[in-house]
Amino acid sequence: MNIHEHQAKEILKKFGVKVPNGIVIFSLDEIDNKFKNLKTNKIVLKAQIHAGGRGKAGGIKIVNNLNELKKNAKELFGKKLVTHQTGPQGKIIKRLYLEETCDIEKEFYLSCLIDRSSAKIAFISSAEGGMDIEDVAKNNPKKIITTRLNISSTVSKENIKKIIQPFDLPKNLENQAFDIIQSIYKVLIKKDANLIEINPLILTKDKKLFCLDAKISFDDNALYRHPEIVSLKDLNEENPIETEAGKHDLAYIKLDGSIGCMVNGAGLAMATMDIIKLYGSEPANFLDVGGGASKEKVSAAFKIILSDKNVKGILINIFGGIMRCDVLAQGVVEAARETNLKVPLVVRLAGTNVELGKEILKKSNLKIISAANLADAAEKIIEATK
Amino acid sequence: MSILIDKNTKVICQGFTGKHGTFHSEQAIAYGTNLVGGVTPKKGGQTHLGKPVFNTVREAVEKTKADTTMIYVPAKFAASAIVEAIESEISLIVCITEGIPILDMIKVKERIINSKSRLIGPNCPGIITPGECKIGIMPGNIHKKGSCGIISRSGTLTYEAVAQTSKNGLGQSTVIGIGGDPINGTNFIDCLELFLKDEKTESILLIGEIGGSSEEEAAEFVRSSKVKKPIVGFIAGKTAPPDKRMGHAGAIISAGRGNAQDKIEKMKSCGILIAESPAEIGKTLYDKLAR
Repeated sequence: MNIHEHQAKEILKKFGVKVPNGIVIFSLDEIDNKFKNLKTNKIVLKAQIHAGGRGKAGGIKIVNNLNELKKNAKELFGKKLVTHQTGPQGKIIKRLYLEETCDIEKEFYLSCLIDRSSAKIAFISSAEGGMDIEDVAKNNPKKIITTRLNISSTVSKENIKKIIQPFDLPKNLENQAFDIIQSIYKVLIKKDANLIEINPLILTKDKKLFCLDAKISFDDNALYRHPEIVSLKDLNEENPIETEAGKHDLAYIKLDGSIGCMVNGAGLAMATMDIIKLYGSEPANFLDVGGGASKEKVSAAFKIILSDKNVKGILINIFGGIMRCDVLAQGVVEAARETNLKVPLVVRLAGTNVELGKEILKKSNLKIISAANLADAAEKIIEATK
Repeated sequence: MSILIDKNTKVICQGFTGKHGTFHSEQAIAYGTNLVGGVTPKKGGQTHLGKPVFNTVREAVEKTKADTTMIYVPAKFAASAIVEAIESEISLIVCITEGIPILDMIKVKERIINSKSRLIGPNCPGIITPGECKIGIMPGNIHKKGSCGIISRSGTLTYEAVAQTSKNGLGQSTVIGIGGDPINGTNFIDCLELFLKDEKTESILLIGEIGGSSEEEAAEFVRSSKVKKPIVGFIAGKTAPPDKRMGHAGAIISAGRGNAQDKIEKMKSCGILIAESPAEIGKTLYDKLAR
């Protein structure tokens, strides 16, 4: 789960990391009242969306007075921001963060994350702050230091020294850096974050280390331990159909093609999408029905798949293990009747009770096309939707 | 022959009396797995499915001499269940549970290094040696004793590969689902090492998916290995868009890394033959062996 910059900064601040003073607004009316809390003449205005690349896309403005602030805020609210991370559909700006500005001397990159290949927590640090770290990794890999840690309550002094080495800080500033590293590490451990990225971390002209931008994403599997994090979720950032699918325990992701898919298991669901493409069409979605498929669940899945108007036909691919094919077939028949399914439906069943399942489909008198195997299923759904 | 488990493997089940533990223990017993008991705290002394229930893993090991455990406890308690099994020096721990927090798994990984245990999973279908021992949620009847070793990050896609190799007569020596999480106990390389050493495993299927770099690392291992066996690979997720988690916690293309095409190129360059279609995984291997 991702949160906004202003929420991330709020969390970091609670753990003792210095962040510039700022306020979040959801409408223009709030400006007059809240503006006086900001102490600098110049104010930075930052669009709050869950995507990087906001600056280049025009989502970050620096203003010199209240009038400029209002003018720019008016332009930004409701604007569609398209960055390299949002996709072409972009994201609508619904909240703005107003922040005091700092006089920057140097910018650094700092992140703390779960490193999956070493199964450890790692810090990544670089003197190349404010840049896209992927570009630095590609063009200048020597400028990035990765420090992997064993899990414990704090970070050791030696490790912190290694982490901050690329910053090349004067001795008297090291203590500030030590505190920041410990605090960020604590946030990751205490809040079950997968990634905390500070880009840039800045050194101000008056020799203070501030976190100027912040991104935090959390481990979905650990959210049950953190209701305070769940409450930060911004539904505007979520795809409403994907959210609806989640309520029915379905993992759904919309894609751009015309063949809807319903599959049990994530790996097989991806493989089903791939074979549709291989046979010359495009999948409309990823949908994993998981381990059980009642009539209610299949009905919900049909409705979700068909809410995408590009869908011309549906392919159901089930390899029954725990899920029995006869139960699934019963669910499909009832759901097809209940939703009055109009598009072509190809069903491929394999595994536990496959014969019983096929029998149920056949006896239903519905126009369900039965497929013998995965390749046959792909061919038949593409033929049926031509 | 087979790897890790066979007809002599003595298995216990953690979460034995729960819904999933009960169902899959029944299935395992019916398949012929030598299930010698189970663990459910506070239910020690009872009998369940005709087998003894113990309060702790240590007690179960002392009384039954079990060397393997399968874990079906809920995600909240799964990491401590794994740690309990490690502390009881069980040699093989198979954790089926899905949804374990990643920090819990990092702690488990630290505990398992230098221990006497190997962990398979979590979030996996389990491991099976056809005709001898089934530990996990896979349907037993699609398997056939044979010569192909299968390693997979997926569940039902593994069944697809199993069914295809059963149908064309190759059969399987052992099938291992290593799980769909970003951090797991046993990875592709660990399994490859075992399959390459196993005399009865004549060929290997490697079923990967988008996300992470374990397939690339496995390919590098295959390239540098002195022992050579025919290996066919398949990668799911060629059509998956970046930055979207495709069901499994580990299946996500992020920051341009972990995409299917890069994995496929790397595997090809290391001598692994790639099945382009998921419908032809078995056929690709069969044809390679026939040549």
